[in-house]
Amino acid sequence: MSETVASTRSAETDSGPVSGAEVILENVGKRYPGQQQPAVGDLSMTINAGEIVMLVGPSGCGKTTTLKMINRLIEPTSGRIMLGGEDIIKANGDELRRRIGYVIQAGGLFPHMTVEANVKLVPNMLGWDKKKTATRTEELLDLVGLDPKVYRSRYPKELSGGQQQRVGVARALAADPPVLLMDEPFGAVDPITRQRLQDELLRIQKELRKTIIIVTHDFDEAVKLGDRIAIFRQGGEIVQYDTPEEILASPADDFVESFVGAGATLRQLTLVRVKDVPLDMPVTARIGEDKQEIARRAMQEGARDVVVVDERNRPLRWVDLRELEGSGKLAAGEDNKLKVIGEGATLNDALDTMLVSSHSSAIVVGRGNQIVGRVNVDIITNAIALLRSARNGANDDLDEMPDHDSSTRPSGARRVTR
Amino acid sequence: MTVDGSVTERPNEAVVADAPEMDQEPRRIKRKLPKSLFIQPVLILLALAGFLIWRANATLTTVQERTLGYSSIKAETIEHLKLTFAAAVIVLAIAIPLGIALTRKKLRRVATPVTFVANIGQAAPAIGLFVLLAIALQVGFWTSVLALCAYAMLPVLANTIVGLRGVDQRLVEAGRGQGMSAMAVLFRVELPLAVPVMLTGVRTALVLLVGTATLATFIDGGGLGVLITTGINLFQPKLLVSGALIVGLLALTVDWLGRLFEELFRPKGL
Repeated sequence: MSETVASTRSAETDSGPVSGAEVILENVGKRYPGQQQPAVGDLSMTINAGEIVMLVGPSGCGKTTTLKMINRLIEPTSGRIMLGGEDIIKANGDELRRRIGYVIQAGGLFPHMTVEANVKLVPNMLGWDKKKTATRTEELLDLVGLDPKVYRSRYPKELSGGQQQRVGVARALAADPPVLLMDEPFGAVDPITRQRLQDELLRIQKELRKTIIIVTHDFDEAVKLGDRIAIFRQGGEIVQYDTPEEILASPADDFVESFVGAGATLRQLTLVRVKDVPLDMPVTARIGEDKQEIARRAMQEGARDVVVVDERNRPLRWVDLRELEGSGKLAAGEDNKLKVIGEGATLNDALDTMLVSSHSSAIVVGRGNQIVGRVNVDIITNAIALLRSARNGANDDLDEMPDHDSSTRPSGARRVTR
Repeated sequence: MTVDGSVTERPNEAVVADAPEMDQEPRRIKRKLPKSLFIQPVLILLALAGFLIWRANATLTTVQERTLGYSSIKAETIEHLKLTFAAAVIVLAIAIPLGIALTRKKLRRVATPVTFVANIGQAAPAIGLFVLLAIALQVGFWTSVLALCAYAMLPVLANTIVGLRGVDQRLVEAGRGQGMSAMAVLFRVELPLAVPVMLTGVRTALVLLVGTATLATFIDGGGLGVLITTGINLFQPKLLVSGALIVGLLALTVDWLGRLFEELFRPKGL
């Protein structure tokens, strides 16, 4: 069943061709001299090309060691690692690392280099010509949502934490590597920014289809981002390596179950993405439009409020019907902190965002921050109802108490929502 | 499952979300030179002008006249600077590479014993060092330079080590992780980031050298120490004070140049 789900996910029609490479670890181990327990024992796993694999586990479980062995920042003491069919243990370490993107917490940007210099680093090492490098830099900054004109010549200190992390991703992608390694990439930013960065990563991944391996200690993040999750135990042992749906539905043992933890009911909402549910489109208006005309349109739709968008359809603020009384044109007003989420956001994120929004709904934006719809309470309630009925259909013998969901199969529900 | 249920399950995130400006862009860095950088040269020039006015109007004996003659002061000052810079060049050429080597993985362990040896050079009484070396070798300019080197090694070595150790290891790893060689990381990440601390060490060493070079005169190494020792031996306070003043002004000038250099060469973005 996990196979079906994974293939449905990667067979999405609107995503680009796979540009990632397969990574295979065969009996990989790392033993430090003078230590009885190996940091990583005897680890084998296959990471499919174009998938996001999350390595999760308690601290000191060897997940970071495993990640760093893939680009040989840490040399494995035994075993073999294959990248796209090539044995990387034989490759030159520095040259290998130029072919593998690497992102660390808080971006790891060099503080004495501008954003541009940071991003250009690997292309310059690879000897790209100036023009190609410059175009690529611009392209990448655009891709991670930073205006090159504004940010190119800034220093990392002049960026917010989230922006630094974006530049870190741009730098890692600079030479278009097939594999991206990320070590707790979103650990250093606040939850709202983290959610936004996660959405951005999913959007970028939809386009690029790299092989991405991410270390995290946040199980929610693993469920949200991962095509597959590998759960580690002390000593670099993988306890379970499966799709999030399977891990939530049937944890391999008590350890995994305790790791998955309580709140698994809510996590089902993490399995459904905003783009997978039918969205509601709010009435939109532009600055300079006739107020009465807007009010008439809103009335027709039965809406009580309207979203003001700019010339590129990017949402700016909410306007209440009451504010549209009288005649004249809609004036530019203060942007009242409208809450937006990406299409890749989960319903769980949407719920979080809605709860802090003054209009009890979350605006969904797509590429270029253009508005594509909104999520409101009805949509979430419907999704929950669908999840429930799907689960009950698949498990007729179970009663309807939601507490039993850890033994049910939310993966079935996933297909219903699609 | 209710909406309320979800709120109590994730209270922290909801609270954080109340502060929507968490991920705010900081202000752009504007660099300004500190005010003291402008005051110092003014004071130096004022003191120098004062000395020259006094020198032009003072009534001097023949001996004083000869020792405080402009040409002899000029020659001694040049000699003094030669001592200082010869020693400085040698110190930099030894202490910086040594400091770099001692922060590499393989030699990290010997950093402490080596710093200890450098400490001895600094802790030993400077005059003793000059005399001992003169007995062991010979008197003259290069022996003085050698003694000065031993004396000024520590600040440069120590600051190179401290500066390099102070570089965030995560950045070093980020560099290696991008495929930079160990050499490239050293020259493009570690050294640029260690520059401010290293330059402070160089400036300290230079100021020390200007002061200590006055001792070279005891072993026939020349320099402005001649004025001071003559002043002491012949009990001529005018010579003594003039010598001390010129050395002091020289040290302050070197210090100012060092600070200017530090400000100008500090990597941008820090």
